[in-house]
Amino acid sequence: MSHSSIEIARPALLRRTMTLNGIGVLLALIVVMALLPFVASPYVLLLMLPFVGYGIALLGFNLLFGTTGLLSFGHALFLGVGAYTAAVFTSKLSILSFEVILVASALLSGLIALLIGTLCVRYTKIFFGMLTLAFGMLFHSFLYKFYAVTGGDQGMRVLRPLLLGMEWRGGKTAFLTGPFYYYTLVLFAGLGLAMWRITQSPFGLHLRAIRENAGKAAYVGVEIFRMRLSAFVISAIYGGIGGVILAVTTGLADPELAYWTHSGNLVFMAVLGGTGTFAGPAIGALVFVVLQDFVMAITQYWRFVMGGILVLLVVFMPRGLAGTVEMLLSRRGREA
Amino acid sequence: MAELLDVILGGTFHAAVLFLVAAGLQLVFGVQKIVNLACGSFYALGAYFGITAVGAAIKLGMPPALFLPILVVAGLLVGLVGLPIERVLRTVYRRDESYQLLITFGFLLMFQDTFRYFWGATPRTMDNVYLAYGTAHFLGIRVPTYNLLVIAASLAIAAILGLFLERTRTGRIVRATAENRDMAEGLGVNASRVFALVFTVGCMLGTVGGALVVPSSAASLDMAVDLVVESFAVVVIGGLGSMRGALVGALIVGMMRASAISLMPEMEMLSVYLVVVAVLILRPAGLFGKAAV
Repeated sequence: MSHSSIEIARPALLRRTMTLNGIGVLLALIVVMALLPFVASPYVLLLMLPFVGYGIALLGFNLLFGTTGLLSFGHALFLGVGAYTAAVFTSKLSILSFEVILVASALLSGLIALLIGTLCVRYTKIFFGMLTLAFGMLFHSFLYKFYAVTGGDQGMRVLRPLLLGMEWRGGKTAFLTGPFYYYTLVLFAGLGLAMWRITQSPFGLHLRAIRENAGKAAYVGVEIFRMRLSAFVISAIYGGIGGVILAVTTGLADPELAYWTHSGNLVFMAVLGGTGTFAGPAIGALVFVVLQDFVMAITQYWRFVMGGILVLLVVFMPRGLAGTVEMLLSRRGREA
Repeated sequence: MAELLDVILGGTFHAAVLFLVAAGLQLVFGVQKIVNLACGSFYALGAYFGITAVGAAIKLGMPPALFLPILVVAGLLVGLVGLPIERVLRTVYRRDESYQLLITFGFLLMFQDTFRYFWGATPRTMDNVYLAYGTAHFLGIRVPTYNLLVIAASLAIAAILGLFLERTRTGRIVRATAENRDMAEGLGVNASRVFALVFTVGCMLGTVGGALVVPSSAASLDMAVDLVVESFAVVVIGGLGSMRGALVGALIVGMMRASAISLMPEMEMLSVYLVVVAVLILRPAGLFGKAAV
C-alpha cells in the first residue's frame, strides 16, 4: 500500500492508523461542508469561506513545509499577491471573471515565487525562513507605502466577480453563501485532489527524500535545487488562489494580508493540524478559524488566548491534532 | 551640510537602540540557537514599563533630570521577565527550529494583549522629560542632548557586554556553551544556568533599548511587531550570531532609514529590505557571519 521506501520504514501500526494522511478525510470534510447550507446559519457559512481560502493555501504550504521541509515565514506574501490581483482586476481593470482572476493570480504568484525562490531555496532552515520573511516584508512595505498604486493602509476594494461568466443577483451574503460557497468548495476539492496526486507522484517522493536527507538525495540523483524551487512555486500558486478567496470574501485586499504575523498564523495553522500529514494542515486551518472566531466572541484579548494555545501546543502536542489523533488510535489499536 | 549631519545623528540614534535589541537577539541565537520572535515584545515591554516608572518617579517628586537612570533601572528590572519565559523555552531546545520560532511567536501574541490590557490600545507618550537635558548645538544643528546620551549609553552597554563575553570567566563559559553545548556540559558547565542567564541578559538588552527610546517617541502596540523585522534585518545584514555584525548592521539599517526619511519617505522600510536582499544574495552569511548552512 505504501508508495515510497521512506514510508515503508515507518512502523506498520502507525501507517495503518494514519487517518489524516489520506485524501479521504479532506474529501469527507468537503462533502460535509457541501451539506452545511441545509442546516447551518449564514454566519457559519461565512466563517467557512475563510477556511476554504486558508485550507487551499495550507495545502500548498504543507507541500513546502511538511513534505519538503522548508519553513517559510513569509508565505502570506502570496496570499497578498492573490488578494491584490483580485482587487486590481475587479476595481481597476474591470475584469470581473473569477476564472480569469484565478488564473492570473496563480500565474503571478507562480512567477513571483520563481524569482524569489531562485534566491531563497539555496538555503534551508532558519536562513530560508528569514529570507522569505524579508521578501514578505518587502512586499508588505510596497503595499503599505505606495498609496497611488495600492491604496496604502486603506487597501483596495474587491468587487463581486462573475462566476462562470454569469452575474449573480442578490445581496452580498446570498452571493457568498450561495454560488460562491459552492464554487470555492469545488475548487478546494479539485486542488486537494491535485495536491494529493503531486504528493504521491515521483516528484513528491523526491521532495520527501530531500526533507529526510538532502545530501543522500543529491547523491542518488535528485536535483535538489529544481525540486525545491518547484515545490516553492506550487505552494505559492496555492497561496495566491487562497488569497483571492479571502479577498472576495471580505471584499477588501489590505496590506495586513502580507504582514509577517499573518505568515506566522499560517505556520500556526500548519502545526496545529499536524505537518507530517496530508490533510492535517488544512484541518488546522479549520480549527484555527473556528477557534479564533470562538475566542474573539468571548474576549477582546483573543490574541493572548491564541498565543497561549500556541505555546501549549508546541510544548505538549508538537505533532498537532493529527499526531494526537494518531497516537490515541494506535494506543487503542495496541490495547485491542 | 547641516542636513547631512541631521541624517547621521538621527541614524545613529536609531542604530543605538536597534543595536541593543539586535544584540539580545544575537546573544540568544548564538548560545541557545533560538531565533526569538518575541525580542520586539521585550522592547515594547521596556518602553511601556519605562513610561510607568518615570511617571511614578515624577509623582514621587524626583527631579526630571533623573529620568535617564530611572529608565535604565526600569528596563533592567522588567527584563527579569526573561527568567520564567526561558523556563518554558527550555522544553524546545532540542526540537526543530519551526517549533522554536512558533513558541516565541506565541509569546509575541500573548505580549500584544498584555500591553493592551495594562496600557490600552492608544499609543502612550512620555511628555515633558524628553527635553529635560536641553539641546546641544554644534556645526549649525540642534540635537536633543538626550539623543546623544542614549548613543553614549548604548556604546557603553556594547563595551560592557564585549568585556563580559571576552574577559570574564562567566563570559568564557557562555562562549564555550555557544560553541558546543554537549562538550561544555561534559566539562562540568551547568548549561541550564548559562541558558537562563543568557536569555535574561538578551531580554534585558531589549527592555533597556525600549525604555531608552520611549522618551523620544511613543510606546505603541505596533512597535513590537515592527521592530522584530527591523532587528531581523540587522542580524541578517550583520550575520546571525555575531555581535560585531549586530553593531554594523544596526548602523547600516539606522542610516538607511534616516536617509530614506529625508530623501524619499516611501522608501523608508523598503530600502532596508532591499539591503537585506542584496546582502543575502552577495554574502548569504551576512557581513560577519559564519557560512550559511
